[in-house]
Amino acid sequence: MTQEIIIAGFGGQGVLSMGKIMAYSGVMQDMEVSWMPSYGPEMRGGTANVTVILSDERISSPILQIFDTAIILNQQSMDKFESKVKPGGTLIYDSNGITHFPTRKDINIFHIPAAKEAGRMGNIKTFNMIILGGFLKIFPIMKMENVIKGLKKSLPERHHKLVPMNQDAINRGMEIVETVQTL
Amino acid sequence: MAEIKLEDIIKPENLVFQKTKLFTDKPLSYCPGCGHGVVHRLILEAIEELGIESETIGVAPVGCSVLAYEFMNIDIAQAPHGRAPALATGIKRVYPEKFVFTYQGDGDLAAIGTAETIHACNRGENISIFFINNGIYGMTGGQMAPTTLPGMASSTSPYGRDVASMGHPLKMTELVANLPGTRFVARHAVHTPALVRKAKKAILKAFENQKENKGLSFIEIVSNCNSGWKMTPVKSNQWLTENMLEYYKLGTLKDE
Amino acid sequence: MGELRLMKGNEAIAEGFIRAGVDAYYGYPITPQSEVMEYLMAEKPEERTGMVVLQAESELAAINMVYGAACTGKKIVTSSSSPGISLMQESFSYIAGSEVPAVVLNVVRGGPGLGDIQPAQSDYFQSTKGGGHGDYRQIVLAPSSVQEMYDFVNLAFDLAFKYRIMVLILSDGAIGQMMEKVMLDEQKPRLTNQEIKDRFDSWALTGRTPGREHNIITSLDLDQENLERHNFHLQKKYKEIEENEVILEEVSLEDAEYVFMAYGTSARICHKALQIARKEGIKVGLLRPITLWPFPEKKVKELASKVKGFLSVEMSAGQMIEDIRLAVEGKTKVAHFGRYGGVIHSPEEVVAALKSKIIGG
Repeated sequence: MTQEIIIAGFGGQGVLSMGKIMAYSGVMQDMEVSWMPSYGPEMRGGTANVTVILSDERISSPILQIFDTAIILNQQSMDKFESKVKPGGTLIYDSNGITHFPTRKDINIFHIPAAKEAGRMGNIKTFNMIILGGFLKIFPIMKMENVIKGLKKSLPERHHKLVPMNQDAINRGMEIVETVQTL
Repeated sequence: MAEIKLEDIIKPENLVFQKTKLFTDKPLSYCPGCGHGVVHRLILEAIEELGIESETIGVAPVGCSVLAYEFMNIDIAQAPHGRAPALATGIKRVYPEKFVFTYQGDGDLAAIGTAETIHACNRGENISIFFINNGIYGMTGGQMAPTTLPGMASSTSPYGRDVASMGHPLKMTELVANLPGTRFVARHAVHTPALVRKAKKAILKAFENQKENKGLSFIEIVSNCNSGWKMTPVKSNQWLTENMLEYYKLGTLKDE
Repeated sequence: MGELRLMKGNEAIAEGFIRAGVDAYYGYPITPQSEVMEYLMAEKPEERTGMVVLQAESELAAINMVYGAACTGKKIVTSSSSPGISLMQESFSYIAGSEVPAVVLNVVRGGPGLGDIQPAQSDYFQSTKGGGHGDYRQIVLAPSSVQEMYDFVNLAFDLAFKYRIMVLILSDGAIGQMMEKVMLDEQKPRLTNQEIKDRFDSWALTGRTPGREHNIITSLDLDQENLERHNFHLQKKYKEIEENEVILEEVSLEDAEYVFMAYGTSARICHKALQIARKEGIKVGLLRPITLWPFPEKKVKELASKVKGFLSVEMSAGQMIEDIRLAVEGKTKVAHFGRYGGVIHSPEEVVAALKSKIIGG
């Protein structure tokens, strides 16, 4: 099993930290992982993206042009990455702020109304964990216990009290993920 | 009257002066009349008197004193031009209990190494900086230094230093005395016996300050460069008194 | 007992410095390697091991603090990125001339000049041919994973002290910034001052031990015949390193008709390209030099008489390819495929380049 994932959105949406939690969960599950961010002025411009690879085998290139799965969280990223999903791959998005919806017919598409749900839950910071929950529902490649371990490893000790809230958000994401199309 | 033989005179009880054993036997490469040899001696005597020769690490510069390591019988490194305070910082930080000093000329310390000097002083590194100011680049053959006096001729200011286009002589000692990191800042000279004795006291104090962990001691020695100034040694010392000391006033600028 | 963590390359190597028992790090901030000093400062290594961490006023000062401290027989390191490394070249030459052990990390970014802050491999010439003046060499290690960033700290210091030479760890922005899992080993104790004296008193500035001559660290010798002798000595040492210290990784070379040659990040890209090409039935292997100097000349020579061509894949305009060509001596085809200025090849374009420049070229 190898999952080559791009997560792309605005800085502040928790793109990089979601990637890190995903990667750390992979470590806890004894997978090979890599986490490769865009960095520098590109980040300052407001967009952020990170490539996360989870695999049973040694990871070759941490830098990729095409992906098994794209998790897309704003319109710029939709414009940039919809075409970078491998045929037969998966696109996951939140429609919040999206004006041009994905049109490809050769990929699986899922929608997670995470921003709306995070607002409903009263904490917009849980947004990225809702997305992660949706991803895990679609790809149950990591056990929840390992995800929680990964979450704890990613958070400083002083924030561990936030773990239950994040776990709720992950669970919520699993419940609200909607299938747009499957092959 | 019995004939007096040389052997009768060379006896320990008749000894009035000897070179410190911390000098190697290598003949000094400095021009006769130059102040460098005296300052070497004072530093080495101070180290010997304090009994710290096994605990001292020196840093030699680029300039006339680039070969200082050949004359000083202590562990010593030779630094790239201007970087002696950085080397000394590196050494002192990993060996805080050792005595670490730099020996630098004006080109090394006040031109190419200005940043390293200012920042080592500003950090208050617990080291001693000995700065020989003779107002000229001696080793490379008498070019203008940052400390060359206004109107003073050198091979790159043959018609005299024109401050309008060549800038003003830099008073590094006054500059570093203003930094909170420095503890003891003084300017001395070594062209008379009385001044030699005063300079020695300051050098001793600089090492003692290290022992007491007091921070950075910066001792400037205004010296002559008879070759570079194209004068006899005697004339150069006269010129030093009349000109250099007017601009570079002797004394203790800071002692906390 | 090891400890498994997910870390950035820059963080892993910083942790490696602490655990290797390094005595001091002197550095100056520059992207994309500032995490090294940030991590060290946050970790309070002075409490963990007594290690010194100091932010210098410039790369010039940093490398000269390294030079001074390295003269004392202690384990000293700095890190920077390309423009900062350029500033340090003078002192690299001094370190080589005066034969002190030191380790330097270059997290390479795009150039020339201020360039950009994206990963590049355009400092190969500077690293392996000597960016400073004079006839000198330094050992160059090229990690291609976060684990290797960590592991090469000990390797670098072992080599640095074995030969009293500078070892440059040549990484790049991708390896510095990406996170992978890394197995950390146990803390090595720092050597005590007495242990340093026992081991290195023949040359190091430890304070003149009663009974011995004073130790001098200098690169100056005004007598040209002495200096020639010193150069002979250095060259003999370099020869010995070339004979004994080549490290490389081979991937699928047994039946290879074609060879990708790449190091660091581009080797990772080539590994993926290799998998893609193999699926298409192209018998391609990967030769990854881990030591860029000494260069794996013998291995390249051996392959040159067997394979149909080498593709040098570099994030540069073609630098390592010159060493490949020298070793191949015209026996087989050698081509370069580069991306410049901080752009990284995609695995797919590497496969296409293999087809166009070597197989069909």
